Amino acid sequence: MAETAIPDDLHYSTQDEWARSEGDRVTVGITDYAQQQLGDIVFVELPAVGSALTRDAAFGVIESVKAVSDLYAPITGEVIAVNDALTARPELVNEDCYGEGWMLVIRPSSDGTAGLLDAAAYAKYVEERL
Amino acid sequence: MTELRRTPLAALHERLGGRMVPFAGFSMPVQYTSIVDEHRAAREAAALFDVSHMGQIALAGEAASAYADRLCTRAMSTLAQGRVRYALLCNEAGGVIDDLTVYRTGADSFLLCVNAANTAVDLAWIEKHAGESVTVLDESDETGLLALQGPASATVLAGIGGAALRALRRFQFAHAELAGCTVLASRTGYTGADGFELYCSARDATRLFEALLEAGGAHGLVPAGLGARDTLRLEAALPLYGQELDADTTPLEAGLDRFVELDRDFLGAAAIRRRRDAGFTRTLIGFEVEGRGIARTGYPVLSAGKPVGRVTSGGPSPTLSRAIGLAYVPNELAELGSAIEIEVRGRAIPARVVETPFVSGKTAGRTNS
Repeated sequence: MAETAIPDDLHYSTQDEWARSEGDRVTVGITDYAQQQLGDIVFVELPAVGSALTRDAAFGVIESVKAVSDLYAPITGEVIAVNDALTARPELVNEDCYGEGWMLVIRPSSDGTAGLLDAAAYAKYVEERL
Repeated sequence: MTELRRTPLAALHERLGGRMVPFAGFSMPVQYTSIVDEHRAAREAAALFDVSHMGQIALAGEAASAYADRLCTRAMSTLAQGRVRYALLCNEAGGVIDDLTVYRTGADSFLLCVNAANTAVDLAWIEKHAGESVTVLDESDETGLLALQGPASATVLAGIGGAALRALRRFQFAHAELAGCTVLASRTGYTGADGFELYCSARDATRLFEALLEAGGAHGLVPAGLGARDTLRLEAALPLYGQELDADTTPLEAGLDRFVELDRDFLGAAAIRRRRDAGFTRTLIGFEVEGRGIARTGYPVLSAGKPVGRVTSGGPSPTLSRAIGLAYVPNELAELGSAIEIEVRGRAIPARVVETPFVSGKTAGRTNS
């Protein structure tokens, strides 16, 4: 398996999503480990702007050639932006999962990224499953 | 859960980084790097698959030819040596026990290549009906089987001593020495692409696979897993046992009429004729999804909001970049162009009945078998 990228400045859920805090906005997507596990991504279904997300609840669907998987919210809050580019180019999640392959921007309702793993803890969590 | 069986190539797959998954009781690579890349290699260059999990059953003896006629939906006594024929085994009710390719290896001998998941059932069926003058031998464990598929296949074979194999026509086979291995090579496959299937001794399988990878690298050959094998066969609309074919379904409902000689008396023929005369209510069709969504195997097919069938095989087509599938639908919906819907996570997504194979080429499908 290829090296798995885990940027230091992000937070991570045990569902293999990442979260980047910028003021009162949190951008989320799936991790490099997750996109490698899924393989070629061919379809992404995301909620509409304004939707309410609950931490650890399914908010969307991601499909690879072989499999259909749920996406789980790493934090609780309201969707304030959706990456529409993924409709036409779902492969952006494979190519640049921490950049152009982002999925949602969320306005957290309470404690933001508290309770998520830091990069070192997530790296350990990935390693345990390799 | 019983322990997974390993093909002679399992250690090599692991060394090559194959992602191993359970399939038909075997541990098999679903992909090495990317299903889409492996799929494209088979369409544009060449891809190499381990299909050693498939079963090989040899028939021999004076009565082998007459017996093969009785077993298979197509006559095998008329099959010339060095040729292959696709056919089906049917039960007494006319349902499909398995689909298979039959090789005429000698005047009194045949080699049957069958689905991995069905080998034991096929063997029991074949042994049960064989008379005393037919020997039935399960050669699956001793046989390695590689599928080299894609337009560059003949060129790749030439690089390991198989230049003469380029002369084989579709559904012909010959013996060859490739990379020091004795091989039975047939111009056959399950991808809709040009290509070869290479039978060898199980102990030679790794050497042959490695020699092909080395010779083929310069021609774009990559190792490919079951994931690409499935997307390729779906684009070619080739049926998969357990999905399009099963013990309750006649080959006619699956659209395989041209592989069923109903004027002969093979096992199951009478039942198929009876069921045909009574009339079939459903037909296997190919569809393209027109809305946003991917029809997956098992998803309901709807017409005017009502369930009318199920997707037997569905998924994204890497070649067409759209979602395609196969499904049984009531006859009145089977016309080309008919509008149907696929239920995807509770929503009805529009789809349309289209011609198959979805991806055509001069070698797509089994049209010239």
